[in-house]
Amino acid sequence: MRYIAPTSVAEVVALLAEDPEARVFAGATDLVPQMRAGRPEPSIAIDLKKIARLTDVSLHGGTWRIGAAAPTSDLTGNAALAADLPGLVHAGGLIGSDQIQNRASLGGNLCNASPAADSVPALVVNGARATIAGVDGERTVEALDVPTGPGQTSLAPGEFIVCFEIDRPPARTSDAYLRLIPRTEMDIAIVGAAARISLDGDGNCVDAVVALGAVAPTVVPVPVATEALVGGPITNDVLATVAAACGEASSPIDDKRGTVAYRRQVAGVLAKRAVLEAAGRAGNGGGR
Amino acid sequence: MSRTHVSCVVNDDDVEFLCDAGESLLDALRDELRLMGAKEGCGTGDCGACSIIMDGRLQCSCLILAPEAEGTTITTVEGLADGDHLHPLQQCFLEGAALQCGICTPGFLVAAKALLDRNPDPTETEVRYGLAGNLCRCTGYDKIIRSVLVAADRMKEQA
Repeated sequence: MRYIAPTSVAEVVALLAEDPEARVFAGATDLVPQMRAGRPEPSIAIDLKKIARLTDVSLHGGTWRIGAAAPTSDLTGNAALAADLPGLVHAGGLIGSDQIQNRASLGGNLCNASPAADSVPALVVNGARATIAGVDGERTVEALDVPTGPGQTSLAPGEFIVCFEIDRPPARTSDAYLRLIPRTEMDIAIVGAAARISLDGDGNCVDAVVALGAVAPTVVPVPVATEALVGGPITNDVLATVAAACGEASSPIDDKRGTVAYRRQVAGVLAKRAVLEAAGRAGNGGGR
Repeated sequence: MSRTHVSCVVNDDDVEFLCDAGESLLDALRDELRLMGAKEGCGTGDCGACSIIMDGRLQCSCLILAPEAEGTTITTVEGLADGDHLHPLQQCFLEGAALQCGICTPGFLVAAKALLDRNPDPTETEVRYGLAGNLCRCTGYDKIIRSVLVAADRMKEQA
């Protein structure tokens, strides 16, 4: 294996184009354990962390741009980002230990394509767009459309994610992400739920997105929850409909960490709580 | 294939070493630089026994490819003491019996240093979460947590 740390996106594109066995990495928090577990080493390990666009986290007009290789500690340490997107930042702060958060990235979390990836439901409810580079230039897709199954993505050979773009939330809008793990820290979600809620001045819900993690091969948006929430106050009846819709939308695995019935139930409970947490913040003005 | 040449600063010393591209920084520290403090527990970033501080960030050296260290500044547990004078964390670990077999201790000391560098006055909860990436199978953690809190108090008094 060779190690190369390019300083431009174009260099990475060229390396990937000439060698199909080359692979990009950021924190290597998934790559190294996979190599240790016996997966073949790539021919070239391309370190993305020396490219400014890949590690930069900054606001451009009304849009946050988050480098795909930026460690999640750069998100949790960014007060302005945390004010705008508290749910996403919270999700980044749940991934592993401080040691891991100083290396692990949103790009890696999305492209590793674990169904239980904590940052992905939060990216999805915030409408995050991934800027993808390849030999044909750059294209933009919804983060939702990147994972296609466990360990599988829609990226073509030679493509990689440069950064994510997330529009700043409008007024009275906020997000939340909650997960259930068997321990208090350092564990993988049995169920995750993210919500983004917009309220009007009277407390009526005017926009809502709910997405579930770890209950299907890929992240699950729940449009029925949106329909139930939008157009009025968030009452207990509405929340019951949201919970039922989330249980219905889940098709989880059955294992020693949780049965299907348990995960469906928890998906509803967590979704309700995520909606209430996001709505609570939105009611206080959201990030603005 | 030729080996990769790496220059970096480790514990305030300019050092150079040769490594293979797939070698972990942990292996390079131990095998090339003979710094045996950082330990390999799991090799997959779960246990924290290999914790080091690289460019101000606490990381598992088992997850870092050795060539990534080029141009960086690294602190390992060997860099904590000032000559024969132990770091307050080391002194408090000794006084508080915060170790038994000792394998996890270098990682805990480095992680605790990173925590106190960032937050000199942590609560017990903050210490527990701050050290959640370090596993100890002997002590039950309580003596470690208490020793870090005592060290934090002592460092504030000395400051």
